[in-house]
Amino acid sequence: MGAYLTRRLVFSVFILWGAVSIIFVVLRLIPSDPARLILGSDATEAEVEVLREQMGLNESLPSQYLSYLGDLTRLDFGDSYRQQRDAFELVLEKLPATLELAIVALVIALVVGILLGVLAALRVNRIADRIVSVASLLAQSLPSFWIGIVFILVFARGLHVLPSGGTGTPAHMVLPAITLAMPMLAILIRMTRSGLLEVIHEGYIQTARAKGLSERVVIFPHAIRNALIPIVTIVGLQFGGLLAGSVIVEMVFSWPGIGRLLIESIGQRDYNVVQASILVISAGFVFANLLVDVLYGYLDPRVRLVTR
Amino acid sequence: MPDALLSIEDLQVEFSTRDGLVRPLDGVTLEVGHGETLALLGESGSGKSVTAQAVMGLLPQPAGKIVGGRIRFDDQELTALPPQQVRALCGTRIGMIFQDPLSSLNPVFRVGDQVAEPLRRRLGLRRREANARALELLHRVGIPDVEHRMHHYPHQFSGGQRQRIMIAMALSLGPDLLIADEPTTALDVTVQAQIMNLLRDLQQERDMAILLITHDLGVVADVASRAVVLYAGRVAEQGRIRDVYDHSAHPYTEGLLASIPQQEEGGARLTPIAGAPPNPLAFPQGCRFHPRCPYAQERCRDELPELRRPVGWAPDQAASCHFTEEVLSRG
Repeated sequence: MGAYLTRRLVFSVFILWGAVSIIFVVLRLIPSDPARLILGSDATEAEVEVLREQMGLNESLPSQYLSYLGDLTRLDFGDSYRQQRDAFELVLEKLPATLELAIVALVIALVVGILLGVLAALRVNRIADRIVSVASLLAQSLPSFWIGIVFILVFARGLHVLPSGGTGTPAHMVLPAITLAMPMLAILIRMTRSGLLEVIHEGYIQTARAKGLSERVVIFPHAIRNALIPIVTIVGLQFGGLLAGSVIVEMVFSWPGIGRLLIESIGQRDYNVVQASILVISAGFVFANLLVDVLYGYLDPRVRLVTR
Repeated sequence: MPDALLSIEDLQVEFSTRDGLVRPLDGVTLEVGHGETLALLGESGSGKSVTAQAVMGLLPQPAGKIVGGRIRFDDQELTALPPQQVRALCGTRIGMIFQDPLSSLNPVFRVGDQVAEPLRRRLGLRRREANARALELLHRVGIPDVEHRMHHYPHQFSGGQRQRIMIAMALSLGPDLLIADEPTTALDVTVQAQIMNLLRDLQQERDMAILLITHDLGVVADVASRAVVLYAGRVAEQGRIRDVYDHSAHPYTEGLLASIPQQEEGGARLTPIAGAPPNPLAFPQGCRFHPRCPYAQERCRDELPELRRPVGWAPDQAASCHFTEEVLSRG
């Protein structure tokens, strides 16, 4: 287990390096000049040139890249051009808000998704199953920004029951968290339904029934523990989607998290902040998948990692 | 048999399938006495397993249902109870083991917990008590190093050990009847004998009845006292096992026995029964065995034979054949 984890961690470093490298190149492919954006259109060409020189933007791309990587190894992410502060610090400041939103969304998706999936499986091809299946298809197909805007129109503008954006009270959390949870919720419903329908025909379910256990015990835990095994993998992969989705949801609901910081920083060509944000989001994704692999062994003893 | 533990009378079961209604059981009658071992024999698709499922309330839902006949256990009419209650009763007084012990054990739970589960959930025992009882049971069925092994998962055991674990689980509530559905089919020959010996020992120890379902006539000869032979959802023959084996009263039984490979005659050709088991969607008119029967006559094509005792055969023996006396010899 220890050796396995070490190997995974080393591998994770390479993944993060890849993510940072791609964003480094892509950012610099976008036309427009950070120095010009900072100084505004009134500044002279000479002034811009001085700033470019100060920011190191006049060096060749490979040498900028190498010096950035060198800084990274010392955990120096550079300063934000706009706020004259350490970029990483700026991102960490926004991290709790994003995590809070992502975790609440994850819990909503897991609880509601699995329960509705079980309901659909137990009522397979009946009316409840049809409704749940169509709803999950809709939730999966509609884009988050649209769902978010409709939620704002209905619940904030129309019914005045929930705030349309910002933070402060738990009520502020409701709309963005549900919007963010939607795509994952939809997938979980479908996975749980099909997983349970597959498992229900297994021999051990017949055994559980033959033991005289109640139908509830046959489903929880006998069937569900087995049906959950593939679901855990999906949750790990979808957690990345959740982080990506938070970028859009945070914009729609003015949620002060990494997503909004990222969009604003891209607009301002604040390279260091964009790179630090991407690094933190990627790290979250990598960590979630590592957690899933460990959990997987816990759920399925057949793949439990052998301790040598 | 007035003191029958389990008595099944004219049981009819229907399945609705994509291709139409089928009736895998069409008038099965049998009885299992207290402490008796009854062998239920027949080819795949003859209705052996469906009989067990019907008793246990395990017919696939919503496709399968009992459409006629009665199942009595002790003095309870099982056919009158909802499946949930049937199962509750069965879990306690009837234990069941299945053909494939690997898929019958839940892969994600420790075997000790699976054996202890009925004790905890059905009897309300505390975890420690239940585990102690589970340990005893696993020890009795011959799992070595139980204290340690009961914390392992099913995939860490061999096929024979898994079946032993299934047996321990089925025995946990001290049932009066054990239904064993092809318990040795998935196992090696040497292990088969061990499992059958274990079942026989347990039966004598606990004075428990066993309904032993199998298509392997060799396996049951030493264990069962009586046999019921099913063919196409009906009883072809029944009687004391020695009588059935030595003086078959139905051409199908005769064919089954002839098809057992004989070890003594190495290299000899097998003698299979001609043709294939009938399709349950279209059982033949008349006697269901007639298309494969070497003695079939005109009457067999038209008239479904009743189960009867052929003149001159043993008192407990019965067969559904019009011509037993004419075509089979008693010697």
